[in-house]
Amino acid sequence: MKNPMDSLTQTVVLGFVLTVIMVLVIHAIAA
Amino acid sequence: MEWGELVTHAWWTFAFRWFHVIAGIMWIGHLWYFNFTQTPTMPKIPQELRPGVARYILPEALWWFRWGAMLTIITGLILAWLESKLIGVISIGLNTTPHIASNASLGIGMWLGAIMWANVWFIIWPNQKKNMGLVQVTPEQRTRAARIAGLASRVNTMLSIPMLYGMTSVHFY
Repeated sequence: MKNPMDSLTQTVVLGFVLTVIMVLVIHAIAA
Repeated sequence: MEWGELVTHAWWTFAFRWFHVIAGIMWIGHLWYFNFTQTPTMPKIPQELRPGVARYILPEALWWFRWGAMLTIITGLILAWLESKLIGVISIGLNTTPHIASNASLGIGMWLGAIMWANVWFIIWPNQKKNMGLVQVTPEQRTRAARIAGLASRVNTMLSIPMLYGMTSVHFY
């Protein structure tokens, strides 16, 4: 399996996916 | 307004936020230059011109990159202290009841920034020193060092997106 970090596009997409997870964590902490 | 009135706690807080943004742009600007411009362009550059990038542009860019990272984390910590939220952000808002969402957001952004800073100074830079020949290694070790530095740089590019969400969303929460 190729490392997703070898693709710039996949790197950026993973960055946005992580952001969504981060938003959920922030809401869970503040709830 | 007198000069003495201008240089208040609020002014210092503003000044450190300003320096923090300047240093942060220096750092992340170079990170994105490496990942969005230099690395994807290298295979297209004729073989005989590539040493120009490796010998002249890369060392200079890495200098601004790593010291930009250093200045960003120092000014960021001072800024959080001036705003009396250093403990709040380090504990990602969990130190108070109820938990403060803006401290959670900024705190996660700060921890991501701290991971990125450590990545720059303890993974990318030591491996780039081997890659650039500042540290003597075998050709195999050099290839491996370039690979590790490249992957670590990509990880930082990925982390920069949620990190900047944390840094800029404070007033939203």
